Amino acid sequence: MSLDAIDRRIIAATQGGLPLAPAPYAEVARWLGLDEAEVIARLSAMQASGVIRRIALAPNHYALGVTANGMSVWDIDDDRAEALGERVGALDFVSHCYLRPRALPDWPYNLFAMIHGHDRAAVEAKRQEIAALLGDACRASDVLYSTRILKKTGLRLREG
Amino acid sequence: MRRAPLPADALDATDRAILNALQDGFPLTPRPFRDAAAALGIDESDLIARIQNLREEGAITRFGPFFDAEAMGGAFCLCAMAVPADRFDEVVTLVNAHPEVAHNYERAHRLNMWFVLATDSLKGIETTARAIEGETGLKVLRFPKLREFFIGFRVQA
Repeated sequence: MSLDAIDRRIIAATQGGLPLAPAPYAEVARWLGLDEAEVIARLSAMQASGVIRRIALAPNHYALGVTANGMSVWDIDDDRAEALGERVGALDFVSHCYLRPRALPDWPYNLFAMIHGHDRAAVEAKRQEIAALLGDACRASDVLYSTRILKKTGLRLREG
Repeated sequence: MRRAPLPADALDATDRAILNALQDGFPLTPRPFRDAAAALGIDESDLIARIQNLREEGAITRFGPFFDAEAMGGAFCLCAMAVPADRFDEVVTLVNAHPEVAHNYERAHRLNMWFVLATDSLKGIETTARAIEGETGLKVLRFPKLREFFIGFRVQA
C-alpha cells in the first residue's frame, strides 16, 4: 500500500495513542481538519493492508508481573524453519519471532523468539516447551538475558 | 515506562477484564468505547475512566493503532557485537551516538551488545554499521529479518 500525505498525518497524530474521548476518531479528524468518516476509512484501509497491525490496548507486562524475558535462539533445519517459526510465533508467551541469517562461525542460530515470564525459571520452562515443539529439527539453542538497557528510543515516523 | 509490578490490589476484576479483552482489538467505529463497553457489560464513561486510570497507573504501555514501521518504508536491522569488557563503556558511547541506533541492550553472552538500527533505507543500515565498525575497530554482525512470524503474545491480567 502506498501512503499519501493524509495517511501520514493520521499516523503522526495517532502513533502516540488514541484520545480517550467518546468519539476518538472524530477527535483525530478535528485535529487534522478531516471528516470522521474519512479517518475511519483510511485507518481501516491501513489495517487491511497491514500498515496497521491492530488497534488495541497493550498491557504493560512488567506492571502485570511478567518481568523476566530472554531472547531464545535456535539453529533449525532450513527446510523446516518456516513452518516451525509459525508455530513458535503463535505461542502466547512469545512476543517477537523472526528468521534471521546465521553469522558463521560466530553465530549458528537462525530462529529468534523473545520469551516472557514471571521469572527466569518460567522463561526456562517455556524455552523447554519450544525445544519440545522443535524436536529433532533443532540442532542447537541458547538463551540470552539482557543485563542492562543501554539505549531505548521509540521508533517514530517522521511526518510527511 | 513502569518496570515494577503493580501491588496485588491495584486492579479489580473489571480492570483485568478490560486489559484482557482490549489486547485483541478495539473497534474502528464512531463510538468504539460504547461498543467495547457493551461487550464487557459496563458503561462507555466507565470504560474511558478506567482506561485513563490504568494508563496513569502504568498498567498500559500503549492504546491505539500499532503500525508496521517497515510497511511505512523504514529499514531495520538487529546487530550484535562482541565488545571486550575493558572497552565496553567507550564502545557504548560510540554506538549510542548514532541516532540510527534505536535501542541497545547489554546481554550475557560473548556477543554482549545487541542493538537495532532504524534508517530510511537499506543503504543507511550498511552505512551506519560500517561507520560503527570503523570507529570501534570491532565487527558488527548484521541480523536482518528474513521472515517475521505472526505473534500470538498475550498477557493474562
